[in-house]
Amino acid sequence: MSAFIQLDRLAKNYGDNVVLENLNCKVAEGEFVTLVGASGCGKSTFLKLLLGTESVSSGQLLMAGKPIEQEPSPDRGIVFQRYSVFPHLNVRENVALGVEFVESKWLGRLFGKRRKEALAQADELLSAVGLEQARYKYPHELSGGMQQRLALAQALIKRPKVLLLDEPFGALDPGIRKEMHDLVLGLWRQYGLTIFMVTHDLKEGFHLGTRLWVFDKIRHDPHAPDRFGSTITYDLSLQSKDKALTIAAIDEINAQLHGAEKTTEPTQS
Amino acid sequence: MRRLINLQPNRVLKVALGIIPFLLILLAYQIGSDIRKAENEQDKLLPSFSEIAAGINRMAFEPSRRTGDYEFWEDTKSSVKRLSIGIAISATIGLLVGLAAGAIPMIAAPLSPLITAISLIPPMAILPVLFIVFGLGELSKVMLIVIGVSPFLIRDILQRTQELPREQLVKAQTLGGNSWQIILRVILPQIVPRLLDAVRLSLGAAWLFLIAAEAIAATDGLGYRIFLVRRYMSMDIILPYVVWITFLAFTLDWCLLKFSRVVFPWYHAEK
Repeated sequence: MSAFIQLDRLAKNYGDNVVLENLNCKVAEGEFVTLVGASGCGKSTFLKLLLGTESVSSGQLLMAGKPIEQEPSPDRGIVFQRYSVFPHLNVRENVALGVEFVESKWLGRLFGKRRKEALAQADELLSAVGLEQARYKYPHELSGGMQQRLALAQALIKRPKVLLLDEPFGALDPGIRKEMHDLVLGLWRQYGLTIFMVTHDLKEGFHLGTRLWVFDKIRHDPHAPDRFGSTITYDLSLQSKDKALTIAAIDEINAQLHGAEKTTEPTQS
Repeated sequence: MRRLINLQPNRVLKVALGIIPFLLILLAYQIGSDIRKAENEQDKLLPSFSEIAAGINRMAFEPSRRTGDYEFWEDTKSSVKRLSIGIAISATIGLLVGLAAGAIPMIAAPLSPLITAISLIPPMAILPVLFIVFGLGELSKVMLIVIGVSPFLIRDILQRTQELPREQLVKAQTLGGNSWQIILRVILPQIVPRLLDAVRLSLGAAWLFLIAAEAIAATDGLGYRIFLVRRYMSMDIILPYVVWITFLAFTLDWCLLKFSRVVFPWYHAEK
């Protein structure tokens, strides 16, 4: 397997608080990795390492053979659960901003013909995510699902190699969530993305991913809960989509997660 | 019977209920004035409404015997000019410094403690310094407003800038924006409506400093006038001036709010 993203004895700690330890994995280009685990298990921290807003404490996190940049950059797009879009710009402008940043070094703003071209590019992405009807609306006029569609379009205009999704559908209604799943799967194929998606919803993880990682602690010290960090306890390939196997795995992982997190899990499902 | 906390006045009732306290105050004034006038025809403390009307007429619609100006309007012009220049300078300083410090941690580090310290200086305490340094002219009055208001504006804008969701700034970086572009296209446009909010909140303080400065050293202005005629106990002039100042303050505040609503509808929809 050619490794596009490579984790090599990767660890992350804040002082004495070890969050992640001993992560070893290789991810090929075009995979769809879903990250699940109890809250506080470090899956979001791992996403931040990929994003570049947090830095690796020890070990290596490589992208295409080079350590990942310690700052967010256009090759790694992001969609957060909330606040991913700019409230002061309308839908088209939100998407076109990514073009304007590149083409207008000083003002970050295009005028006249070049602006029209940028907006036309934005329109293309907006029809890909099904927002062409809402082009002139402002984010506060959009529903939660439409805002997430917009956030996806924004990210995609940069043609990122990697798309990071941090519980993007966590705040949406179940019906809308289903639509968004289809949309993301479509975009993933269409744009040849490598996706890392953090989710609380194990079923969502199984449904979307080609690969599912479960983050959990292997070692526990009851007197010092922060001493040991989480690692990837399951690395499941979901290519086959064998139903019986999947159901068995869901049950097993569920049992493990519920064991670790009795109090918070029921509210999330 | 519905619970009291669920009873809402309808539109008409709400307006009526809003006006009633004002009418009651006017009525109370009228009664008080009548009682005092009954005792002493020459009473100056609570002049009758007709005397107040005469006072307004003398100040606003007859040229001054001494200078030939319509003093009321000249005073208004001078005060509003000082106030607007002071507010404009303060807002500019507040926006530039607050934004820079809020967006760039390396600027916030040296600036933030200094601004906190400066904002704790009572501006009135350094009014003498201003008079000494800037003289008794227009500059010292404007400077008092600037010194009194801009530290508050800087701190507020700094905080508002830092309160913008971190996610937006990360998102902007993944869209390829550099620091300058992000400040210009993402932070600044979202901070301007917040600046208008902060300016509205600081208007009260700005009026206070303006009137104080005018009371101490000026040759015209609304504050100057009410402190001047105090010597003659001219309540018939002081009272309408106070009402007029209140009206100006209200109008200015209202205009800023309207402007913000029209120009930044997304900001008001968000709240």
